[in-house]
This record gives sequence, C-alpha cells and structure tokens, in this order.
Amino acid sequence: MSAPLLSVRDLSVAFSQGGNTSLAVDHVSFDIAKGETVALVGESGSGKSVSALSVLKLLPYPAASHPSGRIEFDGKDLLALDEKALRKVRGNKITMIFQEPMTSLNPLHTIEQQIVEVLELHLCMGQREARQRTLDLLKEVGIRDPEKRLSAYPHQLSGGQRQRVMIAMSLANEPELLIADEPTTALDVTVQAQILELLAKLKQKNGMSMLFITHDLGIVRKIADRVCVMTKGKIVETGPTAEIFDNPQHAYTRHLLAAEPKGKPPAANDDAKPVMAGDDVKVWFPIKQGFFRKTVDYVKAVDGIDITVRKGQTVGVVGESGSGKTTLGLALARMISSTGTIRFDGRDINKLSFNDMRPLRHELQIVFQDPYGSLSPRMSVSEIIEEGLKIHEPKLSPEARDRRVVDVLGEVGLDPATRFRYPHEFSGGQRQRIAIARAMVLKPRFVMLDEPTSALDMSVQAQVVDLLRNLQAKHNLAYLFISHDLKVVRALANHVIVMRNGKIVEAGPSEQIFGNPQTDYTKALMSAAFRIETAPVGVVSE
Amino acid sequence: MTTDVGTAGAAVVEEARGKRPWISPLNQRRWANFKANRRGYWSLWIFLLLFVLSLFAEFIANDKPVLASYKGEILFPVLVDYPEEKFGGFYAVTDYRDPVIQDEINANGWMIWPPIRYSYRTVNNFVPEAAPAKPSWQYDAKTRCSQLPQGEADPNCIVGNWNWLGTDDQARDVLARAIYGFRISVLFGLILTIGSAIIGVSAGAVQGYFGGWTDLIFQRFIEIWSAIPVLYLLLIVAAILPPGFFILLGLMLLFSWVAFVGVVRAEFLRARNFEYVNAARALGVPNRTIMFRHLLPNAMVATLTFLPFILNGSISTLTSLDFLGFGLPPGSASLGELLKQGQRNLNAPWLGITGFATLSIMLSLLIFVGEATRDAFDPRKTFR
Repeated sequence: MSAPLLSVRDLSVAFSQGGNTSLAVDHVSFDIAKGETVALVGESGSGKSVSALSVLKLLPYPAASHPSGRIEFDGKDLLALDEKALRKVRGNKITMIFQEPMTSLNPLHTIEQQIVEVLELHLCMGQREARQRTLDLLKEVGIRDPEKRLSAYPHQLSGGQRQRVMIAMSLANEPELLIADEPTTALDVTVQAQILELLAKLKQKNGMSMLFITHDLGIVRKIADRVCVMTKGKIVETGPTAEIFDNPQHAYTRHLLAAEPKGKPPAANDDAKPVMAGDDVKVWFPIKQGFFRKTVDYVKAVDGIDITVRKGQTVGVVGESGSGKTTLGLALARMISSTGTIRFDGRDINKLSFNDMRPLRHELQIVFQDPYGSLSPRMSVSEIIEEGLKIHEPKLSPEARDRRVVDVLGEVGLDPATRFRYPHEFSGGQRQRIAIARAMVLKPRFVMLDEPTSALDMSVQAQVVDLLRNLQAKHNLAYLFISHDLKVVRALANHVIVMRNGKIVEAGPSEQIFGNPQTDYTKALMSAAFRIETAPVGVVSE
Repeated sequence: MTTDVGTAGAAVVEEARGKRPWISPLNQRRWANFKANRRGYWSLWIFLLLFVLSLFAEFIANDKPVLASYKGEILFPVLVDYPEEKFGGFYAVTDYRDPVIQDEINANGWMIWPPIRYSYRTVNNFVPEAAPAKPSWQYDAKTRCSQLPQGEADPNCIVGNWNWLGTDDQARDVLARAIYGFRISVLFGLILTIGSAIIGVSAGAVQGYFGGWTDLIFQRFIEIWSAIPVLYLLLIVAAILPPGFFILLGLMLLFSWVAFVGVVRAEFLRARNFEYVNAARALGVPNRTIMFRHLLPNAMVATLTFLPFILNGSISTLTSLDFLGFGLPPGSASLGELLKQGQRNLNAPWLGITGFATLSIMLSLLIFVGEATRDAFDPRKTFR
C-alpha cells in the first residue's frame, strides 16, 4: 500500500483557560489513504471536531496548543508550517464543510461572489473563466437553474441548497482531501440523504479522500470505508466499517451501537379522555406590503389542523423543517395566537387572554428543543425549577417548595444535592432532565415536547425517551411530541400526524403509519430516516 | 409524608446550602479576569482609596479643629458649629483660625487640628505676597511667616498652616480645593451615572421587551429629545434659577439617560426570544418578573461596561461647565474653576498644573478600571 495521503500521529490538543489546562485530544493517530473515506465517530465532547480542525490549524490559538503530534500531508508536517504556507493548503489541497449552513456563508455576499473569490484567490482565474467554472460547480452539486441562483444571497436559499453551495465552494479547487464536520446534522432527514448521496458521488468522480465527522452511526455505515471511534479524546477502535458494525471489540463501540432509542409505546387507546383537542386550528402570518402595510397575502404556517391528545397517550407530529409542526404546538399551548377552537379539558381556551391563561399554565407545560438555550444561565437549578411553583403555588413555604424540587429532581434521575449548581455545569442530557423537571414540578396534565431529543447524543436520547415514557406511565400524562426524528417518534408515540406545509398529509395510529405508510411523502420520510435513501425528485422539498 | 422523610429532606437541604457559592461561578471568573488585568486592578484600589479619603475631606483639610477640649468639655468643632460666645467672643460662628480664639482655647484646654488647616473656602489672611501665592515650601521660613503678627516666632508659623500647593487668586488653599473638588466631581459623576442608568435601563427595557408601537413611539421621542441642545438649555436655566448642585444634576439627568437606551433596548430585543424567556412565559411568569429576572442580567453586562465611561463623561461635563462659569455656584470647590484660574493666572503655574493633574489622574484611573471591567465581561477574552 502506498503512503497515506494524510497521516496523523500522536496528535494531542490542549486548551488552557485561566491557568487550567485540559486535554481535549489525547495521542490520536489515524491515516487516510487516497480516495478513502474515514469517519470519526463519537458523542459530543469526544474531541472529534477538534481533531479535524487541528488538521488545518483552525483552533483558537494560543488558547489551544499541541503538546505532541505530527500531521503529515504530502510529506509536510502541517503543524510545523507557518501561517503563509498553511494558507496555500487551506481551501486548496484540503477543504472543509461545516455543520451550520446558516452561518458558514457570508450573508452580505451573493453566491457568485463567494465562489468566485475562492477561484480567484487560489487558481488566479480571470472573471469570465471563474464565472463559467462557478456555473459548472453549481450544476455539479445539483442546484437547479444555476444561472438564476448566481445572484442569490444565502438567505434566499434553503438549508440544503446552502450546504450544496458550501460543497461547491470546497470543491472549487479540486481538493485532495475534504473534511466534512457534521455536514448534515442541521438538515432534515430527507435533505440529509440527498447531501450524502451527492458527497459520495462527487468523491467517486474526483477521486478525493474524505474525513467525515459525525455522531450518527447510520450515516457512517452508509458512507465510510473505515471508522475511528473516539471517546474522551482517544480513539478506542479503528477498523473497516463492516467489521466495526458486525463485530465491535471495544465496550464503548458496543455501547454506541446499542444506543438507539428502543422500546414501544403502549397501544393507542381511543377511549381515553381527550385532554387537548384542536379543531380547525389555523395560524396565518400576514404578508404586508406597500405604504399602508396592507395585507396582501398570508403565510399559512398551520392551515386547518384537527388534533386530539388523550390522557396517558402521545401524539407525535413529524415533518420536515418549515412544515409548521412547532407552530402548531405553540398555538395549542397558547403561546401564539391562532384561530379555531382549542379545547383543554373540554373548555375552549383559545379566547382566553394572557392573564386568564395564567392559572391554566401549570397544567399545560412545554419542554423546549435546546437544553442549552432554555435554561437561564444566571439561575441555579433550584431557582429554575421553583420559578413556576412560586407563581402557581405562592402559598407554599420555602421548605415545602424545596422538598418539591428535591422530589422532582429525584424523579428525573438527577442528584438533588446538585440543585444549587448552575446549568453550565451540567451535560446536555442532564440539562434536558432539568428542563423536564421544571415542567413536571407543576404536575401538568398536558406536556408539549418540542424536539426534546434533537440536540442530544444518541445514547442520551434513548435515556430521555425512557424517562419520558416512565413519567407518562406514572402520572398519566398527555404528550404532544414534535420531532423530525422518526426513530424517537416511533419509540414514544401512539398516534402520529405527518405534516407538510401546514397541512396534515397523513394521520393515524403509529403502527399503521410506520408499518404501512400510504402517501409518497410519508414513504420518502421513512426511507430517508431509516435507510438514508433519497426519494424521487418532487416528493420532498429540495 | 412522614416526619422521618421530612427531616431527612431538611438535612439534605442544609448540607447543600452550605456548598452554595457566595457569588456565581460566572462572576467569579469575571473577577479573576479583572484581577488578571493588573493595571485595572491597581487603578481600582488607588481610586477607591482616594475616593474614600476624599469622603472624609473635612477631617483632612479644614479650618476647624477635629477635636478640642475647653474648660473640661470635649468639643467636636468639625461636626458641630459652636457660637463664638462659648469662647468669649460675639460672632455666631467661631473662627478657630483667629489668634484670639486660639489663645483662649489653648489657655483652657487643647485642640487637635487636621493635617491641613484650610477648608476649600478658607481665605489665608497671612499670605507672604499678593495672592496667588506660591507653594509654601518655595519660601524660606522668614518670608513664609512674614505677614503673621509675630513673624517667625508666631505660634501659627507651623507646617499645618502651609499652603502645600500654593493659593489661588483669592488666597484660598489649592490643595484643600483640589481635595474637595475631587470629591464633589466624583459624587456628581456617580449620582448622575447611577440616576441615568436607572432611567435609561428602564426605558430601554420597556422598549426592547414590548417592541412594536411602544418601541416606535419611544424611539421617535428619544430622537427629538436628544436633539435639544443641552448647553443652550443650561445657559437659559442659569439665567432664571440660582445655580446649584442639584439643579445642575437634574438638568443633566434629563438628557444623559439616553445614552443607555440603545444598548439595553438592543439587548432586550435580542433576548426576548431566547428559549429560556419563552420557557418562563410558558410557566406563566408575569412580564415584569421576566424582565427583571431573565432579561435584565443580560443587559447589565452591556450597561456595566458602559458605566465607567459615562462616569468619566459626566465628570468632564461638570468640569467644563464650571470652567465656562455655568456650573456650581461661585465659591464651591470645583476643578473647573481651578482650571479657569490657572488660565487667568499664567504667572501661577501651580494652579493649572494642580487642576490638570487631579483631573487627569482621576479620569485615567476610571478609564483603566472601565477597560478592565469591559475585558472581564468579554467571554472570548483569555488571559494567559
């Protein structure tokens, strides 16, 4: 076998802050041969992104440093190169795609300007030539009507299109190595399948190598030739993909492979008492134009949805981003105004004002998606949890309140002794448990869960799903579970509603939806989520 | 629930309460960052020392004894105005610098004087030459005491009666005026800054949180409001009302709060859609509580980094108004007036130099503190 294209030997990365030094990557070694795809897999905090970023020396030096290691590319040690020599490698021989397509493009420049800049900088192309090459690139990454898109700004493109533009930019110089740092994590499952297919195709065509960083084992199985499993800054297992999946050696790898949300919800029971029922719920945002701000049209975010959530049951709402599922949830919880009737316990609550809603709030709780954003960083866990109690049960003595906080923390599986710490001292999974505790302490009857597992690692997702299921069984709760992750929905929901463009595409008991989907759209969602396969053009959004 | 569980729960509570840090870890980190900036850290201590000292200016530079004993009675002339009758005179207020009174008290007891025997408005009747007089250490002993009744042998020919930094053109002690001027400047600046912060932050908070029409109308009002020329207004008011500390403060306060509105409003606009704010709304938390508990801490970072600079601005504004003659009433200790005297008496450089040094040291210290505060609140900054 010839010498590898990229060879990382004994790489360590240390971060220092205020005199403390922590080792993020600990003596990591791996090789990438020409034309090979290597996946770095691990949960958040395992050091996979940091390892990849150090290949191009993109870490925040001098806070970051490399106590040991060599990164050999083309016979040169990249770590020893100076800034000027490194610039010739960056964006030229080695390019990178980032996770967030929303922020990795400059919002003030058109697509053309951004791609042409790369071409002019590294290949010294003339304007005409660069424009032609840009068109070719955009065509190659599957952007329809590239001539029209040239003058578009990033905000005019969808997430998937933006990621395609990013890929076009990184391919512009025909790199030998492409580093993809979770390129599909922020995208819908259907778009994710399209992007992965595109990457595999382009890799084949250009004969480049790829370093693929992800936490999703499904993607790894689909795309990688070899896998390096990372945890706590170390690579614990390396091997060909098939071997790792069929015969994992290390305990951590086995743990990762077993970490998918499992289990089944109790069977749907249509006789249970309805807790929350929406009838013809509509949320229309007006589009105003002209000097007098006349309403010319509406964005129909939620367009006439009927939904019933029963006691002790879960209704899962699935759909791509922009399908209106979160808006529906917020409308039902009366966080945004809507038309139609919303009956909570048989009483129409859609006419109540914000103040009249307040007494009902404790029965009607929300758990938000991002456990990093939904907890105030300046309040201790105990303060966060008891905030609702102070409002809804003001007569409670401080001791009794504290006891409730202790009880609920025990219920969600956190050590009550930690309640005076601040949120940043907890991991993502623990934070989501705190957010769940905040909702549960009020003893609600209806809980809206807005993608509560999307920001979490796979193994933590499974734990949170188990926790939610236990809480539901114990308190006979009604859940409205909003998610784009069909695996989690399958593990939790009795009923499923598939939404698209504010309308229901398909609804029914979850066995029926998952086992025998009727519409093309649902089928496409299923195949993208469970098998990472793309659907025929036109069925799902591009 | 049985009492057993209750006491066990209480034990847990006690144990965990003990572990709770006094300041939040975030603020601990900020304080560590602030301390890491040596210049700012030392500036803060020097400034605090000077400020606290100047708060006790009456005990440092005054024309009254701090403590006196007269016919077996302990007196506190600094704190209490004793009529002169007490010492055999007939004026309503005792002039302790009068040799007759001094002799009387010394004959029947004793006096402890502050280190500098002049207040900011004490006129030195025994200046060796026509005011402004040079700093006392520039004269030899004979000239220094030449105007005293008994010359060099006079009991008042002592270090306590020195004019360390000379006198101004009304024969008042420059050092005493600088000390009192420092105090009044810092106090004026602090009150004005805190006052405008309270008004500005509230206004910005309301605008940012409610947005929409509230924001729009308030913004237009602020635009018109800040277009009023403050200096003209001060001139007009100075012609009608007698100038004074609080009138000046009130007038300045009317306009200086606007500086805070922008940052706070932006911070509230940004943060009102944070998920934890939505979460609080979902809990049914009232608007006012959300603003105070969840949003204000965000805005406080921006406000706090602003504060030292606004404080500096307030002090320089007061100084320049004094310099122009529209500031504090005549006779009060003001650094601006000192500078003006320096400008008028170029033959007496100690006036200008003292005014300049006092102001520049005070403002520089504050700027260094402000810089360090700003850096300490910057989450991206790492100190090595």
